[in-house]
Amino acid sequence: MFEKEDRWLRETYVDCLLDAAAKDERIVLLEADLSKAAGTGRFKQTYPDRLVNVGIAEANMVGVAAGMSAMGKIPFTHTFTAFATRRCCDQVTLSVAYAGLNVKLMGSDPGVTAELNGGTHMSMEDVAIMRNIPGMTIYEPVDSVQLRAIFPQIVEAPGPVYIRLLRRNAVKVYEEGTPFTLGKGTMLKEGSDVTIIASGILVAEAVKAAEALKAEGIDAEVINIHTIKPLDEEMVLASAKKTGAVVTAENHNIIGALGGAVSEFLSENYPVPVVKVGVKDHFGEVGSTDFLMDKYGLRAANIVEAARKAVSMKNR
Amino acid sequence: MSGKVEMLQEKAKEIRKLTIQTIGELGVGHIGGALSLCEVLSVLYFDAMNVDPNDSKMENRDRFILSKGHGGPAVYATLALKGFIPMEELHTLNRPNTHLPSHCDMKLTNGIDMSTGSLGQGFSAATGMALAAKMDKKDLYVYAIIGDGESQEGQIWEAAMLAGSRQLDNFIAFTDYNKMQLDGYIEDVNGLYPLDKKWEAFGWHVQSVDGHDVKEISHAIDNAKKVKGRPSMIILDTIKGKGGYFCENMVASHNMNIDEATWKKAVELVDKEEA
Repeated sequence: MFEKEDRWLRETYVDCLLDAAAKDERIVLLEADLSKAAGTGRFKQTYPDRLVNVGIAEANMVGVAAGMSAMGKIPFTHTFTAFATRRCCDQVTLSVAYAGLNVKLMGSDPGVTAELNGGTHMSMEDVAIMRNIPGMTIYEPVDSVQLRAIFPQIVEAPGPVYIRLLRRNAVKVYEEGTPFTLGKGTMLKEGSDVTIIASGILVAEAVKAAEALKAEGIDAEVINIHTIKPLDEEMVLASAKKTGAVVTAENHNIIGALGGAVSEFLSENYPVPVVKVGVKDHFGEVGSTDFLMDKYGLRAANIVEAARKAVSMKNR
Repeated sequence: MSGKVEMLQEKAKEIRKLTIQTIGELGVGHIGGALSLCEVLSVLYFDAMNVDPNDSKMENRDRFILSKGHGGPAVYATLALKGFIPMEELHTLNRPNTHLPSHCDMKLTNGIDMSTGSLGQGFSAATGMALAAKMDKKDLYVYAIIGDGESQEGQIWEAAMLAGSRQLDNFIAFTDYNKMQLDGYIEDVNGLYPLDKKWEAFGWHVQSVDGHDVKEISHAIDNAKKVKGRPSMIILDTIKGKGGYFCENMVASHNMNIDEATWKKAVELVDKEEA
């Protein structure tokens, strides 16, 4: 049903950066010795004076970016998701967000996609950390079509944005020309029995799960929440009212991220069952994305099972 | 020169009196690490820095970052004397809805260039400002003050390495070397000696001066501006709590309670002191 894209998603990211940098000279790029991992060599070739590689010093990178923002720049920083969040949490919180500065923080290799870098580099908590920082926008792209459409909106956003970027080939989900808005969810399939809300690499699994559920007579609605903060509350509420049962699916700990955001919102506004598919509060380990998605229960089959449970909990 | 020196000494005295008064009126605060800054703040704001209270966001102004953000009250006194904030506002320090919090906040206070408080972070931001100014070939200096205790933070040395490696000669920093931190003497807690050699090893031009002598500080800044290809560290030999009879050279001055009679007497004594 779904095919992998030809190019790594990081290549689209660098294309977007180059396009934006050509239009806006305030854009600068900061790396902490992972420029080769992000593929930003092309940026350095085009704008050698606008890429600052601070070396292996992530906290300093974020602080330096904050200072550059205070001087009118729009800095984009990069390191792996684990180091962009848990390692620099205080710097992101105070030097960027508290100070009201405008730094775009790209973290690459979210969750299980860190693959052979293993547990130390595998962030299962990065979104939960960033969600608790006031004023932070969190965006996780699904594929290159979406990333290209959203990127200019990230540049235009007045405050900090955390971009949770898969580096490798994304699964192609969206047709060229699909419109996207930062902060607004995308309806992938309408349904009436249960709502599946997914992000990142779980979106394709969610669509597959909806197909499987159809065979069981369960009509699932599928929504992609790519902007985890601010949450598209309007879309979540409307869908919960329609279906009365929700499943969330994400490449992250089930605590504090997409599942957490949806549960928190619905419990206060329209309590319905919410069953969460994600990493069940444990660390990562080395392995391919496929191996780890199987092992940690991040597959369409797990979403199907969660949907059955959510439906069975209705009217209980 | 002598007219200028007297003026700067007079301003330092005013900053000291206002700092004691604003913290005193509140009854508690980081008095020690604020009073050790009075002379350098006087030299920066009343001589060295290109800033204009009537155009506080002037694009090519010099920038100032107090990375040891808990010294905020001394900066607020300076900003009030310079005309960035109304003098009456000093009475609001740390009171509900104030624009003058314990630690510097660029969103709240006119004239503050960076929010600081979590130690080490302001110094990275200052490095970023100097880098951005170089990138845009802006003719300005970035000034930053770090604490000696703050220099135990790893982030200070991450930024120091980058500023040295990038030859940021538009960056002039000071260490308020008052030899004390909250828990005791620096050398007992986690020693910095030899501090000058450390900065030299990170590629900085280093000078050590009497941090309470405006003439020496002024001279050191002039020297720093002549240095090409290296950022400058001016190590200020200071006394924690300087000029406060109740707190001078006392470890307990880091954050202490002060009653009304004490601060009033202290202001009087500073006032009487020969400049």
